[in-house]
Amino acid sequence: MIETAPIWLTLKLAFLTTIILLFVSIPLAWWLSRSKSIFKTIAQVMVSLPLVLPPTVIGFYLLLAFSPANSFGKFLEHYFDIRLAFSFGGLLIGSVIYSLPFMVHPVLSGLSSLPASLEEASYSLGKTKIQTLFKVLLPNIKPSLLTGIALAFAHTIGEFGVVLMIGGNIPGRTNLASIAVYDEVEALNYYNANIYAAILVAISVIILFLLYFSNRKLQEVKIL
Amino acid sequence: MIHFSLQKKLHAAEGFLTLDVNCEIEEGDFISLYGPSGAGKTSLLRMLAGLMQPDSGFIKMNDEIWFDSEKKIKVNPQQRLVGFVFQDYALFPNMNVEENISYASSKNDSKKNIDELLEITGLSGLRDKKIQTLSGGQQQRVALARAIAREPKLLLLDEPLSAIDNEMRAQLQNTLLTIHSQYNVTSIIVSHNINEIIKLTSKTIHIKNGQLVEYQSPAKIFCNKSEDSSALKCIFLFSEKTGNDYHISVLTGNQVITVNCSEEEAKDLRNGDEIEVSFKGAKVFLRKL
Repeated sequence: MIETAPIWLTLKLAFLTTIILLFVSIPLAWWLSRSKSIFKTIAQVMVSLPLVLPPTVIGFYLLLAFSPANSFGKFLEHYFDIRLAFSFGGLLIGSVIYSLPFMVHPVLSGLSSLPASLEEASYSLGKTKIQTLFKVLLPNIKPSLLTGIALAFAHTIGEFGVVLMIGGNIPGRTNLASIAVYDEVEALNYYNANIYAAILVAISVIILFLLYFSNRKLQEVKIL
Repeated sequence: MIHFSLQKKLHAAEGFLTLDVNCEIEEGDFISLYGPSGAGKTSLLRMLAGLMQPDSGFIKMNDEIWFDSEKKIKVNPQQRLVGFVFQDYALFPNMNVEENISYASSKNDSKKNIDELLEITGLSGLRDKKIQTLSGGQQQRVALARAIAREPKLLLLDEPLSAIDNEMRAQLQNTLLTIHSQYNVTSIIVSHNINEIIKLTSKTIHIKNGQLVEYQSPAKIFCNKSEDSSALKCIFLFSEKTGNDYHISVLTGNQVITVNCSEEEAKDLRNGDEIEVSFKGAKVFLRKL
C-alpha cells in the first residue's frame, strides 16, 4: 500500500502557496493594472518568466540561492538560522514563485477589464483606495479571483521540476505526491505509482470542475 | 462661489490641445458646458473633481483651495465633496440600487436621506434591484441619487442624458431641476442638446479648442445670429407632387414639417441634404447649404 504522507504534504503545500499568492498577487496585479512606470515592464517580465522557463532551471537557481555555500543562503543561516535548501520552507518559496503568473494573470485581467470610472466614482464618493479595493474592485472580479485560486492550487499540485531540485525527496518533509509517482515508477512499483497518479488526477479534476461550476453560477447571478 | 483657472496640455485626436479656462460660478447656479467633441469639456470636469491633474492654475471653492499649482496644494477627490455623474454611470455592479446610493453616505443615520432620494428620483420601487436589470434611464437615476447622497458642494454631470430616449430625457430633466432646487447645489452639466441647456441652466460656458469663447445666458448664445431670424436649418427627406403643387418634407430638430415649393426648387434635392427654410409672409424660401 502507499503512504498517505506525500498526498497530505502536497495538499498542505498547495494550500499555503495559494494563501501566500493571494496576499502577494492582489496588490501586485492592482499596481500592474494602474501603473505607467518603467518598472512595470520589468515586473511583467519577472512575473511571466516561470511560464516560459523549464521548471528545472528555476529550481536550479533557487537551489543555488538557498545553498548555505552562497551569500543569500549564508545570510539566512547566519542571521535567522534558516536553511531553505531541501526544506519545506524552500519548497513553499519555490512554489510561490513558480505559480505566481497563474494567480497574477487572471487577477490582472479582471482588474483591467473594470472601467476606470468605477474606481474614480468610489474616490469621488469619499472612499479610500483600500475601501475601494475591498468594496468595489475585488467583489466585481470574483470569477477572476476564483480562477487564480484554482489555477494556483492545481498548478502547485502538479509541480515536479522545481520541487525536485529544491526539495529532493526527504520523507515527511519534501517528498510530494508528484515525486512519489516518479519514485515508484523507478522502483518498478507500477501499482503504487498508479494510485498516487490517480489521486492527483482526481484532485485536479475536482478543482477544475468546482472552478468552472462556480464561475458559471456567478455568471448566471450576473445575468439575472 | 467657485472660481477656477485651469491650464493643461491635452492629447486630442488632431494633436495637442491646450485647455485654458478661467471662470467664476455663483453658488447655487446651474451651469451648462457646451462645445464641440474634443474641446476639453470632460477634462475640465475631471480636473474640478480631482480625477485629473492640471498643469497649472487654481480651484477655489468658497474659502477652500482645492488646487493651487503655485502653492503646491492638491486636495484629493475624496476630500472635495464633489458629486460626479459619469457618462457611463459607473454604478457598482456588485451592489443593488439602495447599496449603491448608501455607499456614498458615511453616516448610519442617513436612512431617511436615502429614502428621500429614492423618492425624488422615482426609484422607491426598485431599491432591491440589481444594477444589471435596470434600463438606461433608471441607471441614470441611480447615478444621480448616488452623487447627491454624498451631499456635494458641487455637482458635475458629464453628458448624463446623452444615451437616453427623448421621452425619458424630458422626465430626467425635470428630476434634475427638482434636485437642483431642493438641494441648491452648484451644478455643471455637459450637454450638446440646446433644448436641454436652455431648459435647465441659467448660464452657459461655451468652449472651443480648449478656450472659453463665451460665458453668458444660453438664450443669448443660441439665439439665431443669421440675418434672417426666421430661417430653419433642416434635413431634406422627400418631395411629393399633388396636381401642380410640390411639397417637400424636411426634418428640423425632432419634427418633420411639410412646406410648399416650386418644382424648380425641389428638383435638385437629395435625401439627407442640408437646407435652410425661411418664411416671409406667406411665402417659403429654400436654400441649399
